[in-house]
Amino acid sequence: MKIIVCIKQVPDTKGGVKFNPDGTLDRGAMLTIMNPDDKAGLEAALRIKDATGAEVTVITMGLPKAADVLQEAIAMGADKGVLVTDRVLGGADTWATSTTLAGALRKLDYDLIITGRQAIDGDTAQVGPQIAEHLGLPVISYAQEIKVDGDSVVVKRVYDDGYHMVKAKMPCLITALSELNEPRYMTPGGIFDAVNAEITTFGRADLVDVDDSDLGLKGSPTKIARASDKVRKGAGEKIVAESPEDGVNYIVGKLLDKHVI
Amino acid sequence: MDFTLDKKYEMAQNLFKDFAQNEVKPLAQEIDEEHRFPRETVDKMAKYGFLGIPVPKELGGQGCDILTYAMCVEELSKVCGTTGVIVSAHTSLCVDPIVTYGTPEQKAKYVPDLASGKKLGAFGLTEPGAGTDAQGQQTKAVLDEATGEWILNGSKCFITNGKEADVYIVIAVTGVVEKRGRKMKEISAFIVEKGTPGFSFGTKENKMGICASSTYELIFTDCRIPKENLLGQKGKGFSIAMHTLDGGRIGIAAQALGIAEGALETTINYVKERKQFGRSIAQFQNTQFQLADMATKVEAARLLVYKAARKKDEYQAGAKVSYSVEAAMAKLYAAEVAMEVTTKCVQLHGGYGYIKEYDVERMMRDAKITEIYEGTSEVQRMVISANILN
Repeated sequence: MKIIVCIKQVPDTKGGVKFNPDGTLDRGAMLTIMNPDDKAGLEAALRIKDATGAEVTVITMGLPKAADVLQEAIAMGADKGVLVTDRVLGGADTWATSTTLAGALRKLDYDLIITGRQAIDGDTAQVGPQIAEHLGLPVISYAQEIKVDGDSVVVKRVYDDGYHMVKAKMPCLITALSELNEPRYMTPGGIFDAVNAEITTFGRADLVDVDDSDLGLKGSPTKIARASDKVRKGAGEKIVAESPEDGVNYIVGKLLDKHVI
Repeated sequence: MDFTLDKKYEMAQNLFKDFAQNEVKPLAQEIDEEHRFPRETVDKMAKYGFLGIPVPKELGGQGCDILTYAMCVEELSKVCGTTGVIVSAHTSLCVDPIVTYGTPEQKAKYVPDLASGKKLGAFGLTEPGAGTDAQGQQTKAVLDEATGEWILNGSKCFITNGKEADVYIVIAVTGVVEKRGRKMKEISAFIVEKGTPGFSFGTKENKMGICASSTYELIFTDCRIPKENLLGQKGKGFSIAMHTLDGGRIGIAAQALGIAEGALETTINYVKERKQFGRSIAQFQNTQFQLADMATKVEAARLLVYKAARKKDEYQAGAKVSYSVEAAMAKLYAAEVAMEVTTKCVQLHGGYGYIKEYDVERMMRDAKITEIYEGTSEVQRMVISANILN
């Protein structure tokens, strides 16, 4: 069985978010981590590997530095890494990203594709389902449990108020929630192997069945009108009310004044 | 000369940092207060290969090196000195001598289980009357020719991982030899397994620091061990012990370094928050200068520790070099820096630093032992000066 996990290197928001003067993320100034939902997806794949001996390949799209996240995945136990990187792919939105990844995935063998539900830098939750659509695969999103059952997967798909147990025949695509599991750590020996592991690099020319007009910034229908950091609006107002009721009335009054409610 | 770390060391450091923060730190205060060995942490470290970092892959280890191992002990000790020494005593004092001196059969029998953390290791050299004077050994091993077994009698004290270990390296007197006209004890090393009849544990030591570490007396009463459990050649026990301690000192130096770094990091955060006379105490020049001195000494200690680790790596790669002096310098300096830094950090915390709720209180107690075990600071000075004067 062959599993491909799509992972993304994202800024570590714990260290604070930094912006360029033009409002775009200053990625160079921020520490990076493997996107948490993707990491859970990788852990799910590695557990299937532990149980069945499946081969796990990780793929990411990004700058050459994104190879770091592939090495981390290999140090955790993934077998192979594929980096999709090319100048023409820069500035991609979810559509261009999913088109690119689908183009790369067409070149690879798989029975199961796992992506994270969404990345903490964009929170769109679109790339996984879009890849499935491009590849004509069934998609099961918001997976909180994944079990392999012969040539099918049985997935617990979570909603706000309940869950569905969904079964799909492979090949298919699953998007994983970070609540899926507790991802394992790397091992020291895994790290030593990972830094010497060969990472396959795909450029534009390696992408199968994609159109240039669907790639990079110019292939991205999404245009960001404006980006801004959260601005602190001063110290705020502290009230000491005589009773909880008084406090609530005061706050509700303020909210009404400001037309918040 | 290049002081930057390769990517693999950066990644390993991040791994150890994450593990220490998530798995070790939350337990540090509790296990210290309860004097409880953190078995759950040991199991987790075993799962991730932390108990076999410098051990070759073919023996079930991680196939990394001494520098990586030292970084592991350092990062663990930043948040918990006890957890650091569990790894250090196991790796340097038990696994290393078996890998270095063991027969192929001994390696195959013991190393994979130790490196995977299925079993824990310990080392018994110190006796009530033989501390720094390691030649003063009283524990005896006599070969029973009839059965081909060694019969051990005597006791070892202050043994780290004491009751929790499964495999012990035990140093014992096996006879008398004449050296330059003087009669001397012939000393040999043995591998002893827990559960061997005649091998029992004495009192658990109630210590000042590293309180969660299992420190016990080992007692041997007509303890029979198989002939093949002699480690290295008969009569080579003293040099095996000294060589083992050379490596162990790198581990303890890394532990001391970690404790100093942990105390300093904690204190840097504290002085920024603590306000006196209307401003944070970080704004006082006394605080600033003390922090500057401490940070400089910690950095110097780090360079010595990493250099000693690197030297042992060169040795293990086959270079004809000794790392004995580097290890002694690293341990001497890092231990004294740990004591100085933790003491000053307590002082900068004021009254809060004396309260157990604050980490620096534990760190100061934990630091003291690094000046004592695996060769006191005085022994390190003897090793260093002997080398200079030769």
